[in-house]
Amino acid sequence: MTTAADIPEQESWFHRNQQRIAPWLFLAPGLLFFMVYVIIPVFQSFNLSLYEWDGLGAAEYVGFRNYEDLYWEWSDRDAFYISLKNNLIWLLLYLLAIPAGLFIALFLNQTVWGIRLYKSLFFFPFVISQVVVGLVFTWFYDPTFGLLNEFLGMFGMGPLNVLGDERFVTYGIIFAGLWPQTAYCMILYLTGLNAVDPEQIEAGRLDGAKGAKMLWHIILPQLRPATFIAFVVTIIGALRSFDLISIMTQGGPFGSSRVLAYYMFEVALSEYGFRMGYGAAIAVILFLIMLCFIAYFLWSMYREEKGY
Amino acid sequence: MFPKPIEKQPRATQITYQAMLPLALLLWLGPLLAVALFSVKPEADFTNANYWGMPSSFEGAFNYGQVFFNSDMPRYLMNSFLITVPTVIGCVALSSMTGFALGIYKFKSNLWIFFMFVAGNFVPFQILMVPVRDLTLELGLYNTKTGLVLFHIAFQTGFCTLFMRNFIRALPFELIEAARVEGISEWRIFWYVVLPLMKPAIAALSVLIFTFIWNDYFWAVVLTQGAESQPVTAGITSFNAQFRAAYQLMSAGSIVAALPPVAMFFLMQKHFIAGLTLGAVK
Repeated sequence: MTTAADIPEQESWFHRNQQRIAPWLFLAPGLLFFMVYVIIPVFQSFNLSLYEWDGLGAAEYVGFRNYEDLYWEWSDRDAFYISLKNNLIWLLLYLLAIPAGLFIALFLNQTVWGIRLYKSLFFFPFVISQVVVGLVFTWFYDPTFGLLNEFLGMFGMGPLNVLGDERFVTYGIIFAGLWPQTAYCMILYLTGLNAVDPEQIEAGRLDGAKGAKMLWHIILPQLRPATFIAFVVTIIGALRSFDLISIMTQGGPFGSSRVLAYYMFEVALSEYGFRMGYGAAIAVILFLIMLCFIAYFLWSMYREEKGY
Repeated sequence: MFPKPIEKQPRATQITYQAMLPLALLLWLGPLLAVALFSVKPEADFTNANYWGMPSSFEGAFNYGQVFFNSDMPRYLMNSFLITVPTVIGCVALSSMTGFALGIYKFKSNLWIFFMFVAGNFVPFQILMVPVRDLTLELGLYNTKTGLVLFHIAFQTGFCTLFMRNFIRALPFELIEAARVEGISEWRIFWYVVLPLMKPAIAALSVLIFTFIWNDYFWAVVLTQGAESQPVTAGITSFNAQFRAAYQLMSAGSIVAALPPVAMFFLMQKHFIAGLTLGAVK
């Protein structure tokens, strides 16, 4: 079969089509995995949110009833309302990590002896698992021995049970979350500051700009890529908040520190019951909120790709 | 350089700055140092309410010994390694190929596929939770390390593809053109031309994914249950339940659980930071 004439024939066919086929061969394994575990499940969850299902028996189609129930929870100021409200608080307060990170980055952007070690140590909290961060801050807030209350005690205040008080609990958890997130933003800005054009700074100095003015008009515009990434990771991080809540309060006291991500888990997979369909409906709401941001991020990336 | 270099400031400012650095650091790491202090205290200090004073005796060796020889901790740590390392390898393998495909070839759906990877990477975990858990159950992989690894590989491929593709885009395209003119097959171009150039990106991704996966808690809770397959993040909650109110042991356990990514970070700092900025901040 393998005559001399056959081989070049075959090779040239493959050669001609190689550049069209190759990308798909390279994509195939990754795309397959991603489809099966990420893309298809998103649609399955959408579908599941129209059913009532305990995870074992047969699923019963209920149309939009899960969403109706969520609506009632909303208008009764029940769990769903609290979760959504807390999500909003998370989203807004978490953004403080960006200016805080910038502030620390500016503080550390020097060349004194040992500064590299300082930078790494300041970055430390980000590398630690959120589970450990949660434990650390649970003790920090502890009403009997926590550092916070030792500190308040020095001024004759307290004791304050941050995690046991419905008024403070969410803020307490967010504060814990800001710790690693600020470290992340700091490192983004430190790398950004490295790349700032020294000539523009000199030009600014000659024009008499300094301090805050210099920062606002000359430095920040050059830090835009860093700011963009900081925004992306902070917003995603805020909406994903689960670990800290699960470790520090398990949604309590009386469900007052729940967010959608935690509430969904509680509904679908904890001892409170296995209402998969209802959980999926909550997840869909969270997804739709996230989608607004995802769309914006993709839009920004698209414009950059097209070179506007 | 901004702000103005400290060496050009008056002597007093310089000294203030030098003094403030360690103070700021102490404040910043305060909660963590507290845990480190707890972990070397004897149990008696907690019953005597000596929380913040000097340890009445140094029991570090005993406490850490308990963690390593008298609990499930070594098992959890082992599980974490057995989950993290295969995930890192899988992600890097898959995403260097997808990144190559999306970075080098021009075809119609290129940008759409790329955006799909990016968007998928930002999706909230909860919308995947029920279907992924079902799929894992159906495959008979619930409560196994393999089940967790497969999901992690798939999910992290989104982020890794973003990273790899952008990195490959920045490589000199003439190299590939030249190789094509030589008649080298696409696979060989990938293997012998592009892959060697991707070493820094692979290093950066490996450290980053190692940290992400090691620190994962949500999926560990959703897809595993017992000491035979749970990683250390989930295991530490059982550990803490076992040693309830034994603060010195819980502290030692937390520090042990947190250590591997920290060590990774200090060993591979440069790569780690390059990875975090997604290559966008040069």
